[in-house]
Amino acid sequence: MRYAMAIDTKRCVGCSDCVVACQTENNVPIGYCRDWIVEETIGAYPDLALEIRSERCNHCEDAPCVRCCPTGASHIAEGGIVMVEHDDCIGCKACIASCPYDARFVHPEGYVDKCTFCLHRVKDGKQPACVSVCPTTAMIFGDIDDKNSDISKALKTRKHKTLIPEAGTKPHVFYLL
Amino acid sequence: MVKEKLFLNDQFNQKVEKDLLAHLLPHKKVGNIFIFILLAIILVGIYAYYRQLRYGLIVTSMRDYTSWGVYISNFVFLVAISLVGSLFSSILKLSKATWSTPLTRISEIIAIAAIICASVIIIVDMGRPDRFINVLIHGRIQSPIIWDVIIITTYLTISVLLLYISLIPDLAICRDKLTDAPRWKKWFYKVFSINWHGTPEQNNILHKVSFMLSVMVIPVAFAIHTVTSWLFSTTWRPGWDSTNLGPYFVSGALMAGAAVIIGAMYFIRNALNLKDYLTDKLFDHMGKLLVLLSLVYLYFNINEYLGPAFKMVGVEGEHIIELFFGKYASMYWLVQVFGLVLPIVVLVFAWGRKPLPMLIISILVLLGAWFKRFLIVIPSLQHPYLPIQDVDESYRHYIPSWEEWAITFASFAGCLLIITFLVKLLPVIPIWETKKEEGGEPKQLEV
Repeated sequence: MRYAMAIDTKRCVGCSDCVVACQTENNVPIGYCRDWIVEETIGAYPDLALEIRSERCNHCEDAPCVRCCPTGASHIAEGGIVMVEHDDCIGCKACIASCPYDARFVHPEGYVDKCTFCLHRVKDGKQPACVSVCPTTAMIFGDIDDKNSDISKALKTRKHKTLIPEAGTKPHVFYLL
Repeated sequence: MVKEKLFLNDQFNQKVEKDLLAHLLPHKKVGNIFIFILLAIILVGIYAYYRQLRYGLIVTSMRDYTSWGVYISNFVFLVAISLVGSLFSSILKLSKATWSTPLTRISEIIAIAAIICASVIIIVDMGRPDRFINVLIHGRIQSPIIWDVIIITTYLTISVLLLYISLIPDLAICRDKLTDAPRWKKWFYKVFSINWHGTPEQNNILHKVSFMLSVMVIPVAFAIHTVTSWLFSTTWRPGWDSTNLGPYFVSGALMAGAAVIIGAMYFIRNALNLKDYLTDKLFDHMGKLLVLLSLVYLYFNINEYLGPAFKMVGVEGEHIIELFFGKYASMYWLVQVFGLVLPIVVLVFAWGRKPLPMLIISILVLLGAWFKRFLIVIPSLQHPYLPIQDVDESYRHYIPSWEEWAITFASFAGCLLIITFLVKLLPVIPIWETKKEEGGEPKQLEV
C-alpha cells in the first residue's frame, strides 16, 4: 500500500478551501498552514499561462527530513506517509532545513508540524480533509499500489509531474497537467 | 628598545614562577568590574530565554523560511572559535613550533569556554529543549544532529583532558607556592594536582599522555567543524549544497581562532602585566600565522563562490546575486574586505604585526567571522526552491529580535566569564613548560 495524492492543475481554481479545511480539521494554529496554494504564471503578457497548485508535504519515499531527524520523531508511517511524532520532536529544525518543499514549520508548542495526509481520517476509510472539500474535485487521494484505484487510473491516463524531482526525494504528490 | 638579558637557570626559573603566579595572589582583584558587567549581560540573556521558554520561539524572528537564525550562526561561530585549542596545543606543538608554548593554555581555555557556550546555544535554538533527553534515548546515528552531539561531547572531553593534563605540574606549583590562597583554591590545587612531584616516572606518563591527546584531538577538531558544516551541506539549499563546505568551515575556523588568540594575548598581557612572556615577537609570529591561515581561507572562499557564480543556476544564482549585489551585498563585501583581504594586506608588513594594529585586525577578523556565519546560514534559507507568491513579509526578511540579540550577547559574555574565571584560577601561561630543564641552554628573555 502506498498512499499518494494527485492534483488536477486544470481543475483547480485556487479557492483555498483545502487550506481552510486542513486548518479546521487538524487544529492548525492561526497564522500557520500545512497546505497552501501557489499560482505560478508562465510567460509574459499577453502570452500568459497560469498554473494553480495546492501544495503540501510530498510524502517523499526517500525523505530527507526522516533521514536527518535525530530522534526518529519524523518517521514513515503506514502507506508511506511521513509523520512527525510530536512528543518525540525536540524542535532542532534540521528537517525544516532539509525539506526542499518547505512543507514543515515550527508549531507554537515547539515541535515541528506538517501535513499528515490526514492519516487519522484515512484509517477510518475517509478522504483527507482537503480532498473531501475540494469544490471542483481537483484532488484525488488513494493507494497507487492498487491498480484499480482512482489515483492509479488518473496517473495512467493523464500527463503528470512532481515538484523538484531533481532533489531525488521521490515525491508522492502528483500534479496532473 | 629591546635589551636581551641572560639569566642563570635558577634565577630564570624563579622569575618565571613569580611572574606567572602573580595574578593568582589573593590580593589581586583583577577584572571584578568586568565580571560584574558580564554577569549583567548574562542576566539579561537569561531573562530573554525565560521569555522564549514562556512564549515559545515566536519571540524570535525565526519564521517559516528562516527557521535557523542567529542562534545557529552564532553556534557555528563559537564552534569555529573552539578549534583554536587544537591549533595551538596540538598542530603547532606537534610541528615543534616552540614559540607557541606560552599560548597553549590560553587557547585551551578559550576552546573549552567556546564549546560550552556553543552547546548551550544549540539547546537555546531548540523548540523543545525539555525533550533533549530524547536525543540520548531515541538517537539515530544517521542524523547529522546526532553526529554533532557526539562530536561536540568528544571534543569537549578531549579539550578538558588536554587542558588538565598539561596543567597538573602547574597545579602542583600553585599548591606549593600559593600558601595564602583562599581555602577552596588551596583545596582545588591540592586535589587536582593529584600528588604531582615531578618524579621522572610522573613526567614520563605526562609526556606520553599529552602527546597522545594532542594527536587524538586533531581528527576530532577537524571533525567537529566538518560535522557542523555537514549540518548544512547534507541539505539541498542554495549556498549549502556544496562539497567545499567542510574545508571552507575548518579553514575559516582556524583563522578566527588565531584572531581570538591575538585578542586574548593583548588583553591578558596588559591586564596581568605579562609583557615579558607574551612578547612583541610572539605577536609577530601570530601575525604571520594569521596571514597564512587567511590565505588558506581565501582559497576556499574562491572555491566556494566561483563555481556557482560562474554557472548561475536557478536558485543558486539568485542566492549569489543577493550576496554580491542584493540586500546582503553590503554585509558580504564588508566581511570579505575587512575580515579577509585587509588582514592579509596589513599583516604582511612588519608594522602591521605590532600588538595594537594586530588587536584591531583581530577584532575585524572576528567581526567578519561572526557576520560571515550569519551570511552562510540566513540568506540560504530565504531562497526556497518553490517560491510562493504573497508570503508574509516576515518570511522574506530576518532581523533578529531583541531576545535573540540578548541571548547571543549573553553567550559571548558567558564565554568571557568562563575564560576570566579560569584565568583567575589557573596560571595562564604554562609555568613548567616555560621553565627550563636542568642543564638546558640558558633562555633569553626580552626585557
